[in-house]
Amino acid sequence: MSNDTTARILAFITNRFPQADITDTEDIFSLGYINSLFAMELVMFIEKEFTVTIPNDELRIDNFRTAKAMTELVDGLRSAVV
Amino acid sequence: MTQQLAPAIDRAYARSFVDSEIRPDADAWDRAGAIPEELLDRIAAAGLWAPFLPPEFGGAGIDMVTLGEIHEEVGRGCSSVRSLLTVHTMLSWALQRFGTDAQIQQWGPELATGRTLGAFCLSEPGAGSDTAAITTTAVPHNGGWLLNGVKKWTTNGQRADLFLVFAQGPASTIALLVPSNAPGVLVNPIDDMLGTRSSMLAEIAFSDVVLGPEALLGPSGFASGMVLTGTLDLGRYSVAAGSVGIIQACIDACSAYAAQRRVGGTALRDLPLIQAKLSDMVTDVRAARLLLAEAGRLKDRGDAATIMATWIAKYFASTAAARHASEAVQIHGANGCSPEFPVGRFYRDAKVMEIIEGSTEIQRMTIAAEAYRKWEP
Ligand SMILES: Cc1cc2nc3c(=O)[nH]c(=O)nc-3n(C[C@H](O)[C@H](O)[C@H](O)COP(=O)(O)OP(=O)(O)OC[C@H]3O[C@@H](n4cnc5c(N)ncnc54)[C@H](O)[C@@H]3O)c2cc1C
Repeated sequence: MSNDTTARILAFITNRFPQADITDTEDIFSLGYINSLFAMELVMFIEKEFTVTIPNDELRIDNFRTAKAMTELVDGLRSAVV
Repeated sequence: MTQQLAPAIDRAYARSFVDSEIRPDADAWDRAGAIPEELLDRIAAAGLWAPFLPPEFGGAGIDMVTLGEIHEEVGRGCSSVRSLLTVHTMLSWALQRFGTDAQIQQWGPELATGRTLGAFCLSEPGAGSDTAAITTTAVPHNGGWLLNGVKKWTTNGQRADLFLVFAQGPASTIALLVPSNAPGVLVNPIDDMLGTRSSMLAEIAFSDVVLGPEALLGPSGFASGMVLTGTLDLGRYSVAAGSVGIIQACIDACSAYAAQRRVGGTALRDLPLIQAKLSDMVTDVRAARLLLAEAGRLKDRGDAATIMATWIAKYFASTAAARHASEAVQIHGANGCSPEFPVGRFYRDAKVMEIIEGSTEIQRMTIAAEAYRKWEP
């Protein structure tokens, strides 16, 4: 499940930035071209793709730094719902 | 016994409201430089302030495609009224998306019913397109915030009850809900603008305004930019819709005028050069409406692609509105320059659409960046 989540997140990022050859533990903010527009797109993508709502207090940079961190966020939100 | 059902809030409903309550008086309001209080009440009674808010707030829960259609209809009647709806929509959307339960309880029903009218305070005397240059500050103070700074060009600033104010916080730009009657808030009307003259603009000074912790809307830190990005996206959507409405209003005015005006024994409408102008208006209004609907559909699906789709819809619709409103004046000749016909108002209002919610230049830069995104320098 989580592997699939990570793959879908990485696919979204590399679809937006094909030149970004990143791994699941790489800090996407270190890529240099992440702006507030992309941050919004990323949050919208995660909410729609995984049918979760990310509460304000989870909108922390550490939750979005890597595909792995985002996967953990999604897993946490999903288990909270169940 | 038949039960009285509430009318569906949709394009047809908005069109009939606009034709009876807005269109007949829009020129008079433009000259007076204000929208009368009775109209604000009638918009509230019609449920049109924020019909996209969910029913538990007192809204009608309509989708974004329909909201775009309603703002188009209002923009066809009066861009100033549409501007008031735009900024109220921006604040209401931000509250719905980022508000805590307590904030939603306090303000949701107020905004849904229009008992409280919202406005959006980002621009300053020294900062417009460059939003990072704002100098208004929010400093932590007794567990809440101390707000200082000056905002400019606030649509409905003269009348709004609640401001969504963007300020430099401790680590990033943050958004604050500030009641207009808070001590230290000073509203200075700005009159005699070129366009949207009755949208009751103001410059607003915040001087040592003390706010509680509940004033902060949305996250701080990394994601605080999202409040601004999301709010501007909704504003841009509404302005795109209003611009479609301006083009439609130009078509309506020009086809009526060209049918009755004669030059050299020929009806204006039969002259090929006039037909060329009308055909371009008709084509562009359809294209703009489709771009708007596409952005709306993506919003309704929660698809991240809506943000770029909205930029593009607003860019296309606002530049087309400015072009066609200029041609609408041209078709009317001297009459177009007189207060007897509404096209002069459309022309002045359309120019504003190219400046607000991301100017044409900023849109071009953003859209070009999208094209470049996939290619390494
Ligand atoms: C009628 C009206 C209502 C408004 N209502 C509101 C409101 O409710 N709330 C609010 O916060 N603001 C409001 N505004 C302000 C509006 O958002 C700003 O005017 C807009 O963001 C542009 O900023 P500016 O006027 O400071 O122009 P500037 O940022 O000073 O730009 C001047 C010119 O330079 C261009 N430019 C800027 N940067 C670049 C660049 N990098 N490259 C090329 N060209 C560039 C701009 O496109 C523009 O043509 C309103 C304005 C008007 C006219």
